[in-house]
Amino acid sequence: MSGISTENYIEEAKRGISNPVLQRALAGLQDRFGRGTAEAYRRLPEGPDLRLKAHEIRETAIANLDVLLEILADKIRSNGGNVYFAETAQAAVDYCLAVARRNNVRRVVKGKSMVTEEISLNPALEAAGIEVVETDLGEYIVQLAAETPSHIIAPAVHKNRHEIADLFVRKLGIRRTTDPPELTQAARKALREKFLAADMGTSGVNMACAETGHITTVSNEGNIRMATTMPRVHVAFMGMERIVARLDEYEIILRLLCRGAAAQTMGTYASYIGGPRHVGESDGPDEFHLVIIDNGRSRILADPQFREMLYCIRCAACLNVCPVYAKIGGHAYGFAYSGPVGAVVTPLLTGINRAKDLFRGETLCGACMDACSMNIDLPRMLLALREKLAYGDPQWQVEPASRSEGLAYRGWSWFIRSRRAYELGLKLAAAGQRLLPRKNGMLRRLPPPLNGWTRSRDLHPLADETFIARWRRTRKS
Amino acid sequence: MRKITLFIQCLVDTVWPHVGEAMVRVLEGLGLELDCPTDQTCCGQPAFNSGFRHEARTAARRFIEIFENAGTIVSPSGSCVHMVRHHYPELFKGDPLWRSRAERIAARTYEFTEFLVDVRKVEDVGACYPGTVTYHDSCHLLRGIRVSEQPRRLLRKVAGLTLVEMKNSDYCCGFGGAFAVKYPDISAAMVNDKVDHVINSGADTVVGCDTGCLLNIAGAVSRRGLTIKAMHIAEVLAHRR
Repeated sequence: MSGISTENYIEEAKRGISNPVLQRALAGLQDRFGRGTAEAYRRLPEGPDLRLKAHEIRETAIANLDVLLEILADKIRSNGGNVYFAETAQAAVDYCLAVARRNNVRRVVKGKSMVTEEISLNPALEAAGIEVVETDLGEYIVQLAAETPSHIIAPAVHKNRHEIADLFVRKLGIRRTTDPPELTQAARKALREKFLAADMGTSGVNMACAETGHITTVSNEGNIRMATTMPRVHVAFMGMERIVARLDEYEIILRLLCRGAAAQTMGTYASYIGGPRHVGESDGPDEFHLVIIDNGRSRILADPQFREMLYCIRCAACLNVCPVYAKIGGHAYGFAYSGPVGAVVTPLLTGINRAKDLFRGETLCGACMDACSMNIDLPRMLLALREKLAYGDPQWQVEPASRSEGLAYRGWSWFIRSRRAYELGLKLAAAGQRLLPRKNGMLRRLPPPLNGWTRSRDLHPLADETFIARWRRTRKS
Repeated sequence: MRKITLFIQCLVDTVWPHVGEAMVRVLEGLGLELDCPTDQTCCGQPAFNSGFRHEARTAARRFIEIFENAGTIVSPSGSCVHMVRHHYPELFKGDPLWRSRAERIAARTYEFTEFLVDVRKVEDVGACYPGTVTYHDSCHLLRGIRVSEQPRRLLRKVAGLTLVEMKNSDYCCGFGGAFAVKYPDISAAMVNDKVDHVINSGADTVVGCDTGCLLNIAGAVSRRGLTIKAMHIAEVLAHRR
């Protein structure tokens, strides 16, 4: 991901809506994973309330984050690994570049990771003359197409096999086929060569465990295991919130991650990594580095209204049920994280004013919370962000978004205080609406700022007499 | 039994008063005595959802004062009940006095179908509606106050009515209050999907429990020149042979 383009939400949303390939893909994705995940939660031996338990586990972990991270760092260091706490995206990238330089790295293979999208790792490595290859099939497709992922788990969901066939003909020089297994074979063959030639592997971290001093990566293609064990150097990047205290808790989170992400009981490959290869071991890198990234998370941690966002494990279950994501796709969100998680975390990481359309352009339908593997109250935080935008907030450097909207609601709050004023206002509006064009009794066109409604819909007009007025007239003695 | 107090959603009050009147017919048909405070206006949800909590609090205080002496409160909107039941106590989080007043009202405020089925234990209200009906789950009703079976049970008992399920009945219709005006392209895409699912279900009528969604769906149906009817469940339940 290069940069932040959250300002283009409305425009990019429109583009997504008018893309029939994307529309079909997103509908299929939600039919499959949205419904599948709900079923996978129901089938949990402990029942779907395991999500509530997971919420508590994450809450406790975040409350003890400093201690847990220190324990993790100590364990990894004593196991021969290196740990670096990066306060900013730039610090994380610089650290990785320094490791690459020290090891004369020319080629990097990458396991899928959203936090490296967040910090724009790829462009920085490439600018240093290092070849970076994404090894997750979807990410590889997106990289070959010079695009960005549009879904946290299914990064190339916006492309169909015909587009992928054309891309592979152009980039990999294969004979054209639209057969998914053949296309996968072609990618696999190209990627095997990259794995064998790579000097460094990078990955994200699905979850870390303080008690054991491990990180875990989960994949269905085995690519992350290869990327983290074959090259001489492995650099893993984790958002500083991705940790729990104990192994038994860790196991609950991982199970929910796989159900939330892909309606699976468990991902095909789950690797536990605690350091470099030891003497006598046949697999693993010579050097292991864990980069623990803050990049704005401390600020989220410090605000009790938003701390809950740090419980998120980026399983993407919320994307698979969100009716807005289903129409606009991931690119509209303008940053690494799309869907409901993006609508909350992106403004917190990149600026609330700048990303205001992400959290205002949601309907508060609540489907995300029901799907969330950690039972995070995303609608509550969407509302909290809207409050920041309504009045401004110095702590988050938020300016009130619109003076006129503020005045309108101020006026509204006077208007609803008196039934008489309310009725009078309605009478005026009812008189005004007589000037508007109608068809079959429905209003066809509203004046600004309400014209958005009638662009593609009619509106039932205000009634001549309110329910209350009629009740008063007919019932009150 | 004490009188039932009507909490009339502003959209019902001002745009679709016949929904309120239908609800009155159903409730009175069950022998219930009704009361309706005539100084009520709006519960404050539009301001709350847009982030204007001071203004929402003004509306909430007024609502609490007006309904404080009421017994059971019934509203033809899941969304407004969600506001009173869940967001009022949250709005007064830092104010114990108002919070407890809000909680007391929250505990006796019911959505119409929830009141019929869960409180009154009534499923058959003697209605007759000849038609094929599909039910749209409004978001705040479904996920806010967890009501989904109650309206379906009521519909199944309506003479002449065939209930069919549409695809994604639990998906948002794209109303979202100000969202529909501020993000018209996204909202339109969502409501057009909803209308497509209604069409594909084979229903001639789509029924819901929230006038916001129904205005949105009816508006899209009208613009597309379709003949599908969008009705509030109270209208169906008040329908007689």
